Amino acid sequence: MRKNLVGWAFLSPIVAYLLLFYAYPLVTTVDLSIRDYTVRSFVRGGAPLTGFENYLTVFADPTFRTALLNTVLFTVVSLVFQYGIGLAMAVFFSRHFRLSATLRALFLVPWLLPLIVSASTWAWLLNSEAGVVNAVLRFVGVDGVHWLTSPDWSLVSVTIANIWIGIPFNLVVLYSGLRDIPAEVHEASALDGANSWQSFRHVTFPLLRAVSTVTLLLGLVYTLKVFDIIWIMTRGGPSGSSTTLATWSYELGFGNALPRFGPSAAVGNVLILIALVAGLVYVRAQRKQEAS
Amino acid sequence: MTRSWWRTAVGVLLTAVMLFPVYWMVNVSLTPASRMRKSPPDLFPVDPTFEGYARVLDEQLPYFGTSLLVGLGTVVLTLALAAPAAYALAKLRPRGRGSLMFVLLVAQMIPGIVMALGLYGMFVRFGMTNTVWGLVLADSTIAVPFAVLILTSFLSAVPDEIVQAARIDGAGPFRVFWSVVLPAGRNGLVTSGLFAFLWAWSDFLFATTLDSGGALKPLTLGIYRYIGNNNQEWNAIMATAVVASVPATVLLVLAQRFVAAGITAGAVKD
Repeated sequence: MRKNLVGWAFLSPIVAYLLLFYAYPLVTTVDLSIRDYTVRSFVRGGAPLTGFENYLTVFADPTFRTALLNTVLFTVVSLVFQYGIGLAMAVFFSRHFRLSATLRALFLVPWLLPLIVSASTWAWLLNSEAGVVNAVLRFVGVDGVHWLTSPDWSLVSVTIANIWIGIPFNLVVLYSGLRDIPAEVHEASALDGANSWQSFRHVTFPLLRAVSTVTLLLGLVYTLKVFDIIWIMTRGGPSGSSTTLATWSYELGFGNALPRFGPSAAVGNVLILIALVAGLVYVRAQRKQEAS
Repeated sequence: MTRSWWRTAVGVLLTAVMLFPVYWMVNVSLTPASRMRKSPPDLFPVDPTFEGYARVLDEQLPYFGTSLLVGLGTVVLTLALAAPAAYALAKLRPRGRGSLMFVLLVAQMIPGIVMALGLYGMFVRFGMTNTVWGLVLADSTIAVPFAVLILTSFLSAVPDEIVQAARIDGAGPFRVFWSVVLPAGRNGLVTSGLFAFLWAWSDFLFATTLDSGGALKPLTLGIYRYIGNNNQEWNAIMATAVVASVPATVLLVLAQRFVAAGITAGAVKD
């Protein structure tokens, strides 16, 4: 009994903090989404209750379909490539060789850089006229692409930048997963005459399944939230072609001179719901992994 | 041994490809405006200029200071909140701690834009917008749940025997926390403090929503202001970006094992 009391005494600051700086803002967002706020009533309060009207407005907006589709495309394509490249790199680095530790550490750099740094660097790499990517394309005889200013390519561009940023995370986690596989397992399969691809395909990869699941789900939760990269590179444009739910929510609430907090909060809450579903699947997968 | 040389060569090549954007950022930061829009671009700073860095010193120094202040403030606040919580979760283990761990796990999944909107509503009501301490509070929301969970797993590894030995010697719960458990969990404090600093340093979303009108703006807004200019001066933008990358690079060199530990611990274990 006393132990519980002392325990919760030590937990009281974090509980107070979570109530004030998590619960309260979240309640505020829900409140914003069910009222008709103006800039005036935002400061003074007293906005009329409108129920689900903001949600209906948002669902009826043609941008909603684009943003939802873009969010799905951005997330799925990012995850596939981050995981695929990250896994290949993890396998490559799992054998010790000269400089392997140093090079592996250098691979972390993209993940550590402030997102605004990575995003603006990519914006310049992909610049239509002076960008080095188009220069290389022209050098090999392909026409340059308007990466950031063409509606056909803007989503591809921000996805490429996001894949680059996500590779280190996948590499580090999968690498540690590979190290946890006992060396005898590989030796056994080598004795059975398996070549390295067979050994990877039938031994390593299945053993890595639990770690892979957790990596992908955590990546999913991260990627759904991505805002900085897209906003800095394209602002969701041109004409909404790279808008996701996160950037649309920001644009509605903060992107214009006349903020529309209600619809912005409604989009944000839709995003929360999607993230929480992904998050709960993640928690379940992690519990299962710990139990095994 | 010959095989291992082959691997090193491939490894160097892969790393070079991966880090090419970083190299390009440095290259552009040294390229003078007259050669900036040249096609094809120079692969090396042929005629290097330090104009961009001079402008950083000239115009961005206050932003730099604010970011440092916000980063350090976030570290202090995060550790002050996370350390006692982690001690309770790892060592005192009161009933109901499972639900708190679950709440912390879920808290990490809330998209930043939703937090920004909610905090904005709150900050406007209480006059907290455009303040450094407001930004510290907002940035701490990125780090606190992660820090508690990481620190809990680090403190769980501290043997119960030394806690009990201290108790037998007559130490109360606070003394055990302060003089026994915290020093033993030093690595966890370093790891969570390091991530708190990096996240606060890198934050753009909270800065642009909660502090865009303040007198003291962080460096991310300094870069964003340059990008927003119609006449985008990429050499100044990239010079600021290079400077903004310094803390990440320093931390990677000095504390690589903590960085790797933090990434893995957040994903694989609790």
